Amino acid sequence: MTGLRREASLALAIARKDALAELRGRSAAVSTLFFAAVVLLLFGFALGPDTQRLADAAPGLLWLALVFAGVLAVDRLHLLETDDGALEQLALYPITRRAIYAGKAIGGFVVMLVLGVVVLGAVGILFAVDVAAALLPLLVTVVLGAVGIAAVGTFYAGVTVRLRAREVMLPLLMLPVLAPLLLGAVKATSAALAGDPFGELGAWLQLLVAFDVIMVVAGAATYGYLLED
Amino acid sequence: MKTRILGIVALVAVAAMVLIALFVVPADLNQGDAQRIMYPHVASAWLAYLSFGVTALAGIGWLWKRDIRFDAVALAAAEIGVVFTAFAIWGGMMWGDPVWGVMWQWEDPRLTTTALLLALYVGYLLLRRLTDDPERRATRAAIVGIVAAVDIPIVHFSVEWWRGLHQTATIGSPDRVLNPAAPMVFVGTLIGMVGAFTLAWAYLIIRRYQLARLDVERDEAARIERLMSARTAEVAR
Repeated sequence: MTGLRREASLALAIARKDALAELRGRSAAVSTLFFAAVVLLLFGFALGPDTQRLADAAPGLLWLALVFAGVLAVDRLHLLETDDGALEQLALYPITRRAIYAGKAIGGFVVMLVLGVVVLGAVGILFAVDVAAALLPLLVTVVLGAVGIAAVGTFYAGVTVRLRAREVMLPLLMLPVLAPLLLGAVKATSAALAGDPFGELGAWLQLLVAFDVIMVVAGAATYGYLLED
Repeated sequence: MKTRILGIVALVAVAAMVLIALFVVPADLNQGDAQRIMYPHVASAWLAYLSFGVTALAGIGWLWKRDIRFDAVALAAAEIGVVFTAFAIWGGMMWGDPVWGVMWQWEDPRLTTTALLLALYVGYLLLRRLTDDPERRATRAAIVGIVAAVDIPIVHFSVEWWRGLHQTATIGSPDRVLNPAAPMVFVGTLIGMVGAFTLAWAYLIIRRYQLARLDVERDEAARIERLMSARTAEVAR
């Protein structure tokens, strides 16, 4: 038990380090947030100005914006580590690789959560969707989606961070894997917004939980091999 | 030599099964001649999944035993798997066009899952090309192959739910070929085609594996030659 607790505190320390660097530099959060906002605006231009059509498409647009912004967010978080060989140093510390993965993933989760809440609000305003009416299920969906994007994203950012074609390979590898998450989150969001008329919200949230658990386990189990080479 | 015999057997088997599927087996009552596409289509879809299973297992083998030959197996299976995946999707679209009336059916979990499969493993192959160091490449490829294999069942399951929870009509499921009510001649032809394709698959995998081994040997020889010439230059000085 103490071993696990130690790992958890180490993971939190790594996440805190990232948060601190982020607060002082503010490169990732601000640019990622603006990217998501621009994506939403472009969706509006692509599908508007019919308000009803935009409202119908809103759940899909919300999650596409979050998934795309997620690619940027996890990439920025890993780029922090490439300066001055920081990742190699991190790997040299006497801590488990799982803790490093967990720390980076927690950092990614916090960024995605902030992003999710802000983008959810923006979608409510821009696409005339009543977000407040179903706030609790929507927030649960955002939390579960943020966990999944962070878990998958941290893993693939670790794979690609030292590649030549990083900016192409990260979305190429990460986005197909996120397909079930996109599907489940969009379905849960539409169900929540419609007041869950068919009682299917729970099933989609379960799918998201299953995806999150499997991907966190897979990421934690394999991420360590990346630090060896 | 043994591989060559396997290749000839596979070629003969595939040719014979193609002729049987095209001319010997009667056409399906509902779907007509279009149903004949199912024989190679189902066979290649099965091999696509088998390939990516092999890629993931070979990845685990590499991480466990650190024998670079596992990586050659993973590469061979992934490359051949991508070919069969593309062929399966193409066959599915050719079949969907007359039977469904559309080439693409979003609610069909097999079709959508297979399309994502193609994306996942093209990404896998691209990733391999971007890493030069053989061991680093093997490790990166292994874990990406494992995570992709973990993702596939979730994709299939979620698309199945996508359809199921909506209660839309199930259109001409390809599984009907294996329906117990289907005449034995259809089932027999399908099994024969799967067998013939699997032989061809095995031949291609072995050849690709041999090629991958030769690649590694050539790289190694080039590296040694560079070291030797550098040494000779030093001695001459």
